[in-house]
Amino acid sequence: MAQTKASAKPVAKENSMWWMYLPAVLLVTIFIAYPFFNGVRISFTDWDGFSQTSNFVGLDQYVRMFTDPTTWTVVRNTLFYGIGSTILQNAIGLGYALLLNKSIKMRTVTRTIVYLPVIVSPLIMGYIFYLFFAFQNGALNDGLMFFGFDPVNALGNTTWNPVIIMLVNVYQFVGIAMIIYLAGLQSISKDYYEAANIDGASPWQQFRNITLPLLAPSITINVVLNVIGGLKLFDVIVALTGGGPGNASQSSSTFMYSLYFSRQDAGYAATQGVLIAIIILILSLLALWYFKRKEIEA
Amino acid sequence: MRQFKIIMLSLLALFITLLHAVPFYILITTALKVQGDFSSRWTLPDYFTLENFAIAWEQANLGPAMINSVLITGGAALLLIFFGSMAAYPLARKNTKLNKGVLVFFIAIMVVPPLTALVPLYQFVVDIGMLNTRTIAVLMNAAAFMPLAIFLYSGFIRSTIPKELEEAARIDGASTLGIFFKIVFPLLKPVTASVLIVACVFIWNDYQFAIFFLQDSAVQTLTVTMDSYFTENQHNLGLVAAAAMIAMLPMALMFLVLQRYFIAGLASGAVKG
Repeated sequence: MAQTKASAKPVAKENSMWWMYLPAVLLVTIFIAYPFFNGVRISFTDWDGFSQTSNFVGLDQYVRMFTDPTTWTVVRNTLFYGIGSTILQNAIGLGYALLLNKSIKMRTVTRTIVYLPVIVSPLIMGYIFYLFFAFQNGALNDGLMFFGFDPVNALGNTTWNPVIIMLVNVYQFVGIAMIIYLAGLQSISKDYYEAANIDGASPWQQFRNITLPLLAPSITINVVLNVIGGLKLFDVIVALTGGGPGNASQSSSTFMYSLYFSRQDAGYAATQGVLIAIIILILSLLALWYFKRKEIEA
Repeated sequence: MRQFKIIMLSLLALFITLLHAVPFYILITTALKVQGDFSSRWTLPDYFTLENFAIAWEQANLGPAMINSVLITGGAALLLIFFGSMAAYPLARKNTKLNKGVLVFFIAIMVVPPLTALVPLYQFVVDIGMLNTRTIAVLMNAAAFMPLAIFLYSGFIRSTIPKELEEAARIDGASTLGIFFKIVFPLLKPVTASVLIVACVFIWNDYQFAIFFLQDSAVQTLTVTMDSYFTENQHNLGLVAAAAMIAMLPMALMFLVLQRYFIAGLASGAVKG
């Protein structure tokens, strides 16, 4: 971003025009910032989610959280959804963008079809994949049985269903990464490649030393978007497994939802909320810091 | 040799296209099969009927739900454009300490997961008597996407709107609001398109806020309606598939018609950010 130089004229009075952003600040404060801090307060109570009263219990909920084996399943799944989706969305999205940046047939059609799932509600996308993975008459088992294999209970398998959920998320949002990389690729001047060709650089060397460094801003945006999106995964899980069997595919979002609405355990739900907020904050700052540093080096 | 490479890459693109189309193909074959037809999901039926679509439309309350989705998405989009662009203007133009702090506040909010705020917010919404109102969904969604809108608007104002225009108007005695709405706002059309496209897709498809705050069937949006319809019809997935196709239709049509803007909007938003 170009930093404009402050005008040389002395300013009589610094005018922030703060009243212009007052409505936006109020809206965000009332509906996000204030409830967020209120959530932190609730995490120190035993509130059930509907009573007018609750007791301050200090760090009890935090002790409970760190000794609850479900917490670790949930954190592991949430990290798996967040980091797994990020790696695959970026690798595949970049691959697609490199392919579609060439003058080949089918470019527009491929771009349209790959992007189409982005506009579908993730909940509905979950149902579509339910048609695919359902044990009875699911497309996967119809296919397996056609070739003489035994049907598999993919969604009931606790090892595989987090993988399926993660892949559905990748399928749905890889289009965004692809478009951002395509825009990034199109902003790289052809001159660099011509010069590299004259110097006899191999395609891999060109990719490594020209394309990747100049794509750094796109990589930063994609990684941060995908990390945040993946860590907040909710709808697809509700549609495909409801977090089960047991808690096997539960993410922080679905776990909090069930703690609050099914188990009247609002204090504990808030504690889990604080944990995921800290995880998202740390991971997105790490990603931002790491890739920004790469951008400056490039 | 070069020609050969292009053909191979085009075939690869064709393969990717088909692979990505599979889920939609399965959705279509399922929606076209009547109850009791357990033939493979990979095959199309040897008869043609739109029975599932008619039943789903009647049973699933999709019409009113669609109206709710339109009202909520439209309302939130209006708030985002109006308050978002207005908020971005001073943040882009006046580099005071206060404004820098406010900008950091908005960026920090983007990182805060809204779901952490949802649990305490639910009781607050109950207390002010706004549970099961479309208004609360409009306000929630507008708040959730406000930081993004401000981010896009302020980047655009800083990088593409010339200051000279505003200074000339100021000398002519125009008020700040007058300058903003008469001179700056009309020039923001491209970024307004980006904000609209990005935010509308996410608000239209929102499930998490809706499932917390819109439980009453009179105010349910398409996603919440689909959720209960799926639960009721787990053994008649033809109906679910048909309902899903109807629910997807408005956004899919808009995307196919305005595809250029969808893609340009996303790309420019990302590059400017």
